[in-house]
Amino acid sequence: MARKDLLDIASLEREEIDLLLDQAVPFKELFTRSVKKVPALKGKSVLMLFYEPSTRTHSSFEVAAKRLSADVTNFDVPHSSVVKGESVRETIETLQAMRTDYIVVRHGRSSLPGMIAGMTKASVINAGDGAHAHPTQALLDAFTLKEVYPEGLEGKKVLIIGDILHSRVARSTSTILKRLDAKVAYLGPGSLVPKSGPENIQRFTDYEEAMKWKPDVVYLLRVQMERQDVQFFPSLREYHKVYGITEERLKRIDGEGLWLMHPGPVNRGVELCDGAMDYSRSLINRQVENGIAVRMAVLYWLKPAGE
Amino acid sequence: MSRILGPDDIEQGIVALAAAIRGRTAGKAIALVGIRSRGDEVAERLCNRLAEEDRELELGVLDISLYRDDYEHLHENPKLQESDIPFTVDGAHIILVDDVLFTGRTIRAALDALSDYGRPAKVELAVLIDRGHREMPVQPDYVGIHLETSRLDHVLVSLEAADGEDKIEIVEKNPG
Repeated sequence: MARKDLLDIASLEREEIDLLLDQAVPFKELFTRSVKKVPALKGKSVLMLFYEPSTRTHSSFEVAAKRLSADVTNFDVPHSSVVKGESVRETIETLQAMRTDYIVVRHGRSSLPGMIAGMTKASVINAGDGAHAHPTQALLDAFTLKEVYPEGLEGKKVLIIGDILHSRVARSTSTILKRLDAKVAYLGPGSLVPKSGPENIQRFTDYEEAMKWKPDVVYLLRVQMERQDVQFFPSLREYHKVYGITEERLKRIDGEGLWLMHPGPVNRGVELCDGAMDYSRSLINRQVENGIAVRMAVLYWLKPAGE
Repeated sequence: MSRILGPDDIEQGIVALAAAIRGRTAGKAIALVGIRSRGDEVAERLCNRLAEEDRELELGVLDISLYRDDYEHLHENPKLQESDIPFTVDGAHIILVDDVLFTGRTIRAALDALSDYGRPAKVELAVLIDRGHREMPVQPDYVGIHLETSRLDHVLVSLEAADGEDKIEIVEKNPG
């Protein structure tokens, strides 16, 4: 029943998803104590292997591991032998020799975490691989929505807005939401909304049309300034006007009582206007807090091989 | 071979425990903290009995899964539940409550967990059943039922709310 690795949402059973979401609750409860740390993973080591820059996910995993009393080592990629041309296999062999128990990997190439998982006894957690998957983001999104809908997500409508095509967040989060019987729709420029993909996902290119679908939640994807997105839009100002939450749209989603989500970090004035940062039904800060609880639940649940 | 104790024995045990706690803490503010699972139900039943008296009485629940020293061997997927300590631990007189006291390891873990909530003025231990065979320097302050067992016996406790009936089953395992 216990798993060694967490590589994507698609390979999890529904019971496993439910278990992880349930188990995150007692971890979140710890945050209200003066001592937020528990000894559950005392003596275990977690290695952070980030080939792509990330501030949020990296610190979230690091805080989660430390609150479980694990030792955290950062394998600092830009300064490491990767620049000297050391292959991933050699790196993993080195890490294997260090007898690390958990490896948290982020890489630009899809399926690389899965390849690493096959080479090591350590538990491998995918912290984002290319446009493939970001399972802990999906779990924290589902957990956050379950907090506002304790009765369950069945029939709830989530509209995901942005560059769906290149987004592992869109892929993983819509997969988990579908599993939990929520309804998902995509809104984005025609060239950035995949024609194929999960069934029963409505696709919109026009904001007004999408709002007629009557979503309960609007989920803005981050515009990846450092990646390819920019070239698909005439300008960021234009993007904001067409797909962003403008002050005017904010009034409307407020009036209709919609929840607002974003994986962070927000590009102000692009996905969200300034006013949206203080929106009363914004779940963005809660997503950050819940990310730690969910990642603690994942680390506690996975079992490295050979134990 | 197995022996069975029924609802009457358990009721008597609870009554004896409540009487012992009353005898030494009458009029004082105390907080009962039940250890999941089953200890929480014992604590709740004690609380119902002690609640009639004129004094401050708090009730909390502690899940100690994250503090165990043997969790890896326990089961593949330890089911973790929430703790609920709805009062200030600092300076409180706390009585930890569990169903069965055996090796004492659970209590060691519970004391660690409790200390992460604050610094109680005093911590005591009340157990419904003391079956002996300690592996840690832990002794109960209040005992409902003293049970003679051998080290290898299994003591299986069922309680009304959690399991639908009050029952203690002692499954005897004779070595060799």
